[in-house]
Amino acid sequence: MMDQQELRELENRCIQEHAPFCTAACPIHVDVRGMIAAIQQGDFVGGLKILRKTMPFPGIISHICNQPCQLVCKRSEAGDAIAIADLEKACVIWGKGGEPIKALPPKPKRVAVVGGGLSGLTVAYDLARKGYRITIFEEKNILGGKLWDIPFEILPWSVTVNDLEILEELEVEILLNTPLGKVESNGRQDPLAFLCKRYDAVYLGIGADIHEIHGLLLDAQGQIKIDPVTYMTNKEGVFAGGGILNIHDLDIYAPQDISQSEMPPDKQALIEFEKQISSAVSQPPWRPAILSVMDGRRAATSIDRRLQKVSLTAARSNEGAYTTRLYTSMQGITPLPVVPTTDLIRGYSKADAIKEAQRCILCECMECVKVCEYLEHFKGYPKKYIREIYNNLSIVMGTRYSNKLVNSCSLCGLCGEICPEDLDMGRVCKEARQTMVQQKRMPPSAHDFALRDMAFSNSNKFALARNQPGTQSSQYAFFPGCQLCASSPDYVYNIYEYLREQIPHTRTQEVGLILRCCGAPADWAGRLDLFQAAQVEFMDEYERMGQPKLVLACSSCYQVFKNNFPDVEIISLWEIIDQFGLPNDLPRKSNQSNTPLAIHDPCSTRYESHIQESARNILQRLGYAFIELPLNREKTECCSYGGLMWLANPELAEKVTRRRISESPEDYVTYCAMCRDFFVRQGKPTLHLLDLIYGANPQSLAHKPGPGYSQRHENRIHLKRKILKQIWEEDMENGITYENIRLIITPEVQNQLENRLILIEDIQQVIDYAERSGKKLLNKKTNRFLAYHKPGAVTYWVEYTPEGNSYVVYKAYSHRMEIREGSNQ
Amino acid sequence: MSEYISSDDLDTWECAACGTSLVIGKVMISYLGSAYPVDLLKCPSCGLVLIPEELAMGKMLEVEKSLEDK
Ligand code: SF4
Ligand code: SF4
Ligand code: SF4
Repeated sequence: MMDQQELRELENRCIQEHAPFCTAACPIHVDVRGMIAAIQQGDFVGGLKILRKTMPFPGIISHICNQPCQLVCKRSEAGDAIAIADLEKACVIWGKGGEPIKALPPKPKRVAVVGGGLSGLTVAYDLARKGYRITIFEEKNILGGKLWDIPFEILPWSVTVNDLEILEELEVEILLNTPLGKVESNGRQDPLAFLCKRYDAVYLGIGADIHEIHGLLLDAQGQIKIDPVTYMTNKEGVFAGGGILNIHDLDIYAPQDISQSEMPPDKQALIEFEKQISSAVSQPPWRPAILSVMDGRRAATSIDRRLQKVSLTAARSNEGAYTTRLYTSMQGITPLPVVPTTDLIRGYSKADAIKEAQRCILCECMECVKVCEYLEHFKGYPKKYIREIYNNLSIVMGTRYSNKLVNSCSLCGLCGEICPEDLDMGRVCKEARQTMVQQKRMPPSAHDFALRDMAFSNSNKFALARNQPGTQSSQYAFFPGCQLCASSPDYVYNIYEYLREQIPHTRTQEVGLILRCCGAPADWAGRLDLFQAAQVEFMDEYERMGQPKLVLACSSCYQVFKNNFPDVEIISLWEIIDQFGLPNDLPRKSNQSNTPLAIHDPCSTRYESHIQESARNILQRLGYAFIELPLNREKTECCSYGGLMWLANPELAEKVTRRRISESPEDYVTYCAMCRDFFVRQGKPTLHLLDLIYGANPQSLAHKPGPGYSQRHENRIHLKRKILKQIWEEDMENGITYENIRLIITPEVQNQLENRLILIEDIQQVIDYAERSGKKLLNKKTNRFLAYHKPGAVTYWVEYTPEGNSYVVYKAYSHRMEIREGSNQ
Repeated sequence: MSEYISSDDLDTWECAACGTSLVIGKVMISYLGSAYPVDLLKCPSCGLVLIPEELAMGKMLEVEKSLEDK
């Protein structure tokens, strides 16, 4: 059962929502992927809008950023890293004309920014947009500080001028020629004390001049000491950053420690670029632009929080550059070199920018979604789904949108195998089903048909557990499973014969037979009650037979026993045949073709490589050539029978089956009755391993559709009858009266019944009831009867006419809503 | 759901047990704790009702599904 904490833990395991490599390495976390996705669509305006969400002065920064993002760009594993700053630049140039930048409604609080360098400008910009009243004190006659020292070929002056205009638009008060010492004209007062009195917060973004400030603690290097998280100095309400911080903070932007000699050339180029800028810049040492912006951003966040009176320290762990947990596969990505810029000043043309953007992988995980039709179908990914499932399980009233989501998964486990974080959605869905059942919120129709099928298989009509005649206990017991008995009853009879004759066993302990359902449908449906009840019944019989080793023909049964009956010894039929040889005197095969078969491993053998191996050995021994499917063995896919997907979501199940059968043009061979029948139903010629063993002309069987639902019941009954008669020389007791009702049904009507999941026995019950009680309606125009009956949860309607001692059935339908008895008015 | 009765139906159907023609009447149908009155054809003497195929496989199925997700 799932608890809240466990679901949270599982949800957090999915890394799909983690930042791409570039964004995590960016000190201000620019949404590079979002911006590039917009450029890929030719939408530069949209690209700039995204850029502006995190970047205060895109013109300036895109020209001088040393791009720590590039150092970790995933693209560099297949060609050059993406020219991220050049693409930013392209957005600035080609994306003009978007919406103007807006500020929130004005707030009464005032903030002083001392120093008009990048960090101070960022504080001013961020806080002005939040509605605060900002005053910048700048000692020179122009804003920008050291930006003006940068060679003009790298940062054209016009770019700086353009970008800084925004501050005026945001109504920031700018006091030029105002060094800190002069803010209080008589010079006697402590300038910082003066600012603190007049303003609600102060930011110090000055390089020098710190000696004029009294009362601030300095560190060993003589720099202002700040809290590394909040950027607050020892004085309440006074924050500092930018050039006053140590240059040794440079290592912040190289997430992995790489010594310069090991650096790939593009990384060395970055360092060169940085040197070029910093050597041009006067003392004190230049702090890389993007770090100054980060300082301003983080200090602004602190100031905003302080003025809003909320915690300065809560939830700030991912500020600055960090290493993302995201996984992105590079499979199938062809190496491509960077698109060169042709215009030195302007950078990329629109077309070249789009071309360069197209090289971006748009890093994300989605590994599981790529291989699972179900995950794709609901248009999300596990993190999102688990959140929805969690909400679904916790709401009291309202529509539960993810019932279908929970019930549609095939529980095949492929995602868990693929996921770099080992997250298995199948486990989540299965446990969510158990919780839904427990909360009495499982839609009654979701699994009912399969659960009734299971009840049928464990009723007298099919269930049987016997030692071989003349013995008191069994060394082995053949457990073919309900579905192989329904699909291919003759093979079951043959195998039982084979096992009795060919596997070595003692005289007194031979090979028994157990016919019943292992309980997988209840397990998949989350019905622990039914599952446990079946478990108890099984154990009784198993003990009575002397605890035989089970020979299992179905790998779903194999999983049920393996996971729930640790003391019951099991072995798969395929291992047995591999070990003890093919049955003697097999029919002579006609026209064995030379084209290979593609082998499909049932998803329930995912981690049973010994079974997969045996199946391949048997194929070889039979003389068949075979090829592997791209997803095989531990990466095999479900046919859509698993987890009752086929019942809960037939449209999706069909897509799942179609996907699997389109993976190779060859005919398939498999060793699960349901996989075979599901594939053939969608038109894929598929053989069961037993077709190859026992079929006289196997190729002709590849197209033969499996039996319909009613026939599956019939087959089980007949198998039991035949086995009882031939092996134990007993007659099966006669069925219930309605089973003797003879029906005449055209193939069209039969088809309708299959689609509506209505069985022959349901129809027999309606007619039996109507004929005995007389409760039926007569259509005077057609002279047909229409009758209804509700033997369980479902009401069945049948239109019919008697004909001799049979009944012609014209149509049947059903509903779950109940007709209230006695609602006569 | 009353649009499921056509005037045609009125003279088509009779109750085989009672030999009477069906008439329109209110019938309660319910599912998972919710009950709805529906106009259906039914036998005036024994109460046997007629739920046409279109109603069962259409509107009723829809209502069943939405109640199951509530
Ligand atoms: S494989 Fe799927 S579940 Fe695992 S992290 Fe990636 S998206 Fe999430
Ligand atoms: S490929 Fe694109 S999304 Fe991935 S790290 Fe590079 S720029 Fe970022
Ligand atoms: S169908 Fe299989 S691969 Fe897809 S989510 Fe379910 S268990 Fe995972």
